[in-house]
Amino acid sequence: MRDVAVIGIGCTVFGEHWGSSFRDLFIQAGALALEDAGLSGEQIDAMYVGNMSAGRFIEQEHIGALIADYSGMATRHIPATRVEAACASGGLSFRQAVIAVASGMEDVVVAAGVEKMTDVGTGVSVDTLAGAADREWEGFVGATFPGLYAMIATDYMHRYPLTREQLAQVAVKNHFNGARNPIAQFQQEITVETVIRSSLVADPLRLFDCSPITDGAAAVIVAPLERAREFTDRFVKVRASAQASDTISLHDRADISRLDATVAAGRRALDSAGLSHRDIDLVEVHDCFTIAEICAIEDLGFCRKGDAGRLTEEGITALDGDLPVNTSGGLKACGHPVGATGIKQICEVVQQLRGEAGKRQVPGAEIGMTHNVGGTGATVAVHILEAI
Amino acid sequence: MVGILTYGVYIPRYRIQVKEIARVWGANAEEISGGLGVFEKSVPDLDEDTATIAVEAARYALARREVDPEAIGAVYVGSESHPYAVKPTACTVGEAIGATPHMTAADFEFACKAGTAGIQTCMGLVQSGIVPTGFAIGSDVAQGAPGDALEYTAAAGGAAFLIGNEDPIAVIHRTCSFTTDTPDFWRREGQDYPRHGGRFTGDPGYFRHVQGAAKLLLSQMGTSPEDYTYAVFHQPNAKFPRRVAQLLGFTDAQIRPGLVVPRLGNTYSGSSMIALAATLDVAAAGDRIFVTSFGSGAGSDSFDIQVTDAIESPDLFRRAAAPTVEELLKDPVYLDYAQYAKHKGKIVMQQ
Repeated sequence: MRDVAVIGIGCTVFGEHWGSSFRDLFIQAGALALEDAGLSGEQIDAMYVGNMSAGRFIEQEHIGALIADYSGMATRHIPATRVEAACASGGLSFRQAVIAVASGMEDVVVAAGVEKMTDVGTGVSVDTLAGAADREWEGFVGATFPGLYAMIATDYMHRYPLTREQLAQVAVKNHFNGARNPIAQFQQEITVETVIRSSLVADPLRLFDCSPITDGAAAVIVAPLERAREFTDRFVKVRASAQASDTISLHDRADISRLDATVAAGRRALDSAGLSHRDIDLVEVHDCFTIAEICAIEDLGFCRKGDAGRLTEEGITALDGDLPVNTSGGLKACGHPVGATGIKQICEVVQQLRGEAGKRQVPGAEIGMTHNVGGTGATVAVHILEAI
Repeated sequence: MVGILTYGVYIPRYRIQVKEIARVWGANAEEISGGLGVFEKSVPDLDEDTATIAVEAARYALARREVDPEAIGAVYVGSESHPYAVKPTACTVGEAIGATPHMTAADFEFACKAGTAGIQTCMGLVQSGIVPTGFAIGSDVAQGAPGDALEYTAAAGGAAFLIGNEDPIAVIHRTCSFTTDTPDFWRREGQDYPRHGGRFTGDPGYFRHVQGAAKLLLSQMGTSPEDYTYAVFHQPNAKFPRRVAQLLGFTDAQIRPGLVVPRLGNTYSGSSMIALAATLDVAAAGDRIFVTSFGSGAGSDSFDIQVTDAIESPDLFRRAAAPTVEELLKDPVYLDYAQYAKHKGKIVMQQ
């Protein structure tokens, strides 16, 4: 297996793009990534694109071909493949690209992610997203994603000493970081009070505990590490790529407050990289809800179960803390165009490792981790990247 | 010069508070009122509708100025809640004010700006000499589906403006419009309540069109915001007109007299016209008023209006002969949600 490097990144602004279509967004992200890597389209050997539900959001399937076509690569007949794993589609798209390069099958590969969610009303969005859970056992009986994560939060708060204020602090921190990220959907800082006084969505989760509905696209370009210098001197090494699965419905889990796929993928990633938690300088975790960030920090092994709320309250996970979590603003403040999120996480860590994260730069960051979750934890992708 | 000869407003006396609606739906009243800047909205009485409101407003306008009803050559009623799908409200109004039969009449619909479209139509008819004067009326008993965001603001009220060119109390220097096919809000034939695209009604709807028309008028007139004493922007809530005023360079002080939405709600076709009326209620000769309406679907009409000496000349116009907007907002009767549901015909009675 060959070592793999990320040689270029590109990301659209995340938000409500009323004036841009699905294809406008991925073309923009792809062009930014090519420009960043200093490549032209002719140098691309293959493409993977993470997308959860263009079929329901824009009534378009066959996304791989669409992207190849509108990127001007269909006439070169390169392989273009859609990858779907609900909200983890982006993370898996990146992993497929890494596997393609590591195996020697391809050399220069685009891993992209895109979602256009605002062409439908909120009701359709919510129901489409519910397709990431078990439709027969959960969706059909009325469970939505806020509802499922509310059950996790309720169970968690019953068993561990997490306070309402600590949970709110996750959103406060992520909005603080988002306000320092030019692509973030939300650019305003908020207070614990903002979160606690916001509308109740699914008890105990309030409006500001939830990530928003977002349009956006992100793309990265990977290549063999040994060839990376041919293209750029700003490349980042992929230290580990891990993926794990779990039961799709929440009620089949032995412990709903623990995402075992996160535990498994996190452990595999660290083991394969030969690293320990102490080596990780920053981590982008999948905070689709504030409770999800709390669980992720613990399930990835950064602290004991029940401690992440205190860590957050004490500022350990803040931009200037010992373990900065979600420097991009996370899904909460950056926005969550589901298929694009996993790729955006890679873009964020690459920016940090290249020292190009501006006002949210973690000084001296050398190793970063990304954690991308599908559904309530039925699919998890964890990646570790290292500055060269 | 073409302008406003007289005007009148009617607002039903009943109100329901945003917090009462929020109570029923288990919503966060503080967040809703804080976000919209609206605290209560007007509710029609059991026997009030768009036609009765339009008639009241027109009668108040005629109370302020002696006008030969025979000289009213046109009546246009803009509304998105005409009592009949087929049968013009404008004929009922024309009959009630004694303007029939030598007049033209039609009902207009353009979401919240059908009334200002009526002003433009009357301006054309007057300036071309086809009619001596014409009534442009915006009147609505606006609909918001139970539990929908619109229910917190959809209100009832109307304003009538008589357009003519003999001794107007305010001249209209110029009007222009900005119109596109933007589906931000709609109600299909047979549907009881409108539907909307949530925040899509904001940037691509309201803000694009209001700014489009406003900037066009400023450039056509060669004016800037500080040339105007007052400004009026369509007010679906208090946040949008404040924000668009700021974006265009108008001040809070300029829009303050017309900003009635916190205590009135959104009267749709009546909204920007009642706001203009509230501004005329306090305006003095020489004051210049910038007006931009907005209707979903979508379009905006802008007007450059200047108050003349006639507004202070008792021989021509008596402002005190009809209630001001402030007087109409005073002394409301508050309803609870059950009474509100009855007033709005939401309770299905036994046949």
